[in-house]
Amino acid sequence: MLWNAFVLALREIRRNVLRSSLTILGIVIGVAAVIIMVTVGGGVTAQVTSDISKLGSNLLIVTPGQRRGPGGASGGADAFDMADVAAISREISSLAAVAPVASQMLSAIAGNENWSTTVYGTTNEYLDTGEWRIGSGRRFTESELRSGKAVCILGATVRDELFGAQDPLGATIRLRKLSCKIIAVLEAKGSSMGMDRDDMVLIPLRTFQRRISGNEDIRLIEVSVEEDSSTEKAQRAIELLMRERRRIGAGEEDDFSIMDMKEVASTLGGVTRTLTALLGAVAAVSLLVGGIGIMNIMLVSVTERTREIGIRLAIGALEREVLLQFLVEAVVLSSFGGLFGIALAVGTSAGLTRALDVPFVPDLGIVVIAFVFSAAVGVVFGFFPARRAARLDPIDALRHE
Amino acid sequence: MTAVNGSADAVGPALVELAGVTKVYGSGHAAVHALRGIDLRVAAGEFVAVMGPSGSGKSTCMNILGCLDTPTSGTFRFRGVDVGAVTRNQRALLRRHYLGFVFQGFNLLNRTSALENVELPLVYRGMPAAERRARAREALRAVGLEGWERHTPGELSGGQLQRVAIARATVTQPEVLLADEPTGNLDSARSCEIMDLLTRLNRERGITILMVTHEADMAAYAGRVVRFLDGLVESDELNGRPN
Repeated sequence: MLWNAFVLALREIRRNVLRSSLTILGIVIGVAAVIIMVTVGGGVTAQVTSDISKLGSNLLIVTPGQRRGPGGASGGADAFDMADVAAISREISSLAAVAPVASQMLSAIAGNENWSTTVYGTTNEYLDTGEWRIGSGRRFTESELRSGKAVCILGATVRDELFGAQDPLGATIRLRKLSCKIIAVLEAKGSSMGMDRDDMVLIPLRTFQRRISGNEDIRLIEVSVEEDSSTEKAQRAIELLMRERRRIGAGEEDDFSIMDMKEVASTLGGVTRTLTALLGAVAAVSLLVGGIGIMNIMLVSVTERTREIGIRLAIGALEREVLLQFLVEAVVLSSFGGLFGIALAVGTSAGLTRALDVPFVPDLGIVVIAFVFSAAVGVVFGFFPARRAARLDPIDALRHE
Repeated sequence: MTAVNGSADAVGPALVELAGVTKVYGSGHAAVHALRGIDLRVAAGEFVAVMGPSGSGKSTCMNILGCLDTPTSGTFRFRGVDVGAVTRNQRALLRRHYLGFVFQGFNLLNRTSALENVELPLVYRGMPAAERRARAREALRAVGLEGWERHTPGELSGGQLQRVAIARATVTQPEVLLADEPTGNLDSARSCEIMDLLTRLNRERGITILMVTHEADMAAYAGRVVRFLDGLVESDELNGRPN
């Protein structure tokens, strides 16, 4: 009897290609929309999470001026100097590295090539706080740092732009009137938050101060806290120290700010989670819309088929045989649509994640949920109207037009 | 018992027996009394024409005889079974095993080939596909539709549709064939063909036939004519002779 119903159902599906494909289409769209949204949303979340981890953990960034919103520091406040940096590393324990940074946008010139980049005057600690690894070459030596030698370390992007495939070690680049000998190239980190992290040139801080900026200012101090130590504690300690050094009275506001990258990370993480939830909600709506589409087609098709049900009953079909046929039809159509939707969704999300350059993280849970929901809608709305029709007197069902 | 010797007062077991059958649609003031007390016995092998004006209750009576509908009161016995007293499913099984119905509007499945339409009753009898197909082909051949098996109702003429409907009703070798105006939509040449076909089924296969018709020409093919008027049997006579 089941086989019989299966054969009848397949026959009906084949016979009504348009109706069948519309039903399937509804399910395909419902299933695919949900899976695509959630998969792409998951990919973006994973991307942001990995971007955040690239920024370096346990990292505090101290800048002069009070931050107002996520823009740059407000002007007016005094810059730091080397004494501040020395005080931080001397006074505060539990710090792994303290790196002073002064920076400026400059053109780097090598031969005929010219590339606008950011030049950082800093120390070897910067490589530690930013978790940079030397691709080839070496760090600055103590004497280079002390005497302000004209040497530089290139980010991978600058190397690519100025030297292409050539080995730049030992070559020189020109920054304004300063000719710098290249002593190292950093390993590439790629971009994060839409910023190319490899687009930079590092030179010793003293070289920068003497030959480029002409002052002793330090615009930024990067502090990395030892692992397992509290960044909050370190942040408070630095704040107290700097207030004291900058002679800020009780009740006055800081004229500098300390940004905890962990906080930034958790803020960004929160934003992404909100985004994913939003995508999920949109997906749920599209699943619902898909469900309504399936429901409509099922209801219309069963109403349309009331006469057919009457004919079958009149020539001796039992109510349960008619029902079984409709149930099998609904199950076959729904599962077919569901599988097709999953295939479509996997293909599309793979393409989309590649286009958006985010990782492709398929989520089995949502695949199952979407499939079960659509299939259930298809089956329920295929089955119950059919049951109503099959319970009619055959005469009434036959009169139905 | 030969095909034409049955009559209203035939002795012996009746295949079909209506006793005081009424049918009321609706209730209260809106109630429509389609049948007001029908007594009718039909023996196996008879060919009965049911006549009467529209609204006289012929079709309602046919639906009851076809186990598609049940009397409001009175009893309908088919093969000795009180059809009004059995379950829906049991009535469906009676239809499946003993009855063939040729509907007024054909009631064939759309977009479904003639062959598959004819096969359908056999599907519900659980017959294996190969045998089913062979029987359906044979039934279509018997109504002169060889070569039209693959055509769907949309591609067939009225006469052909009527013959497909007859093939579907007879493919199961039913004991009783009920036909509601089987020639209603046909010209006279086609009508005669259909009537010859029914007569042959009655004579050669011993299928009991109950046929509703408006036309005296068609009723003339039957061995017995029952006239309905206002939900009652007005007359019941053997063909040509008053009963």
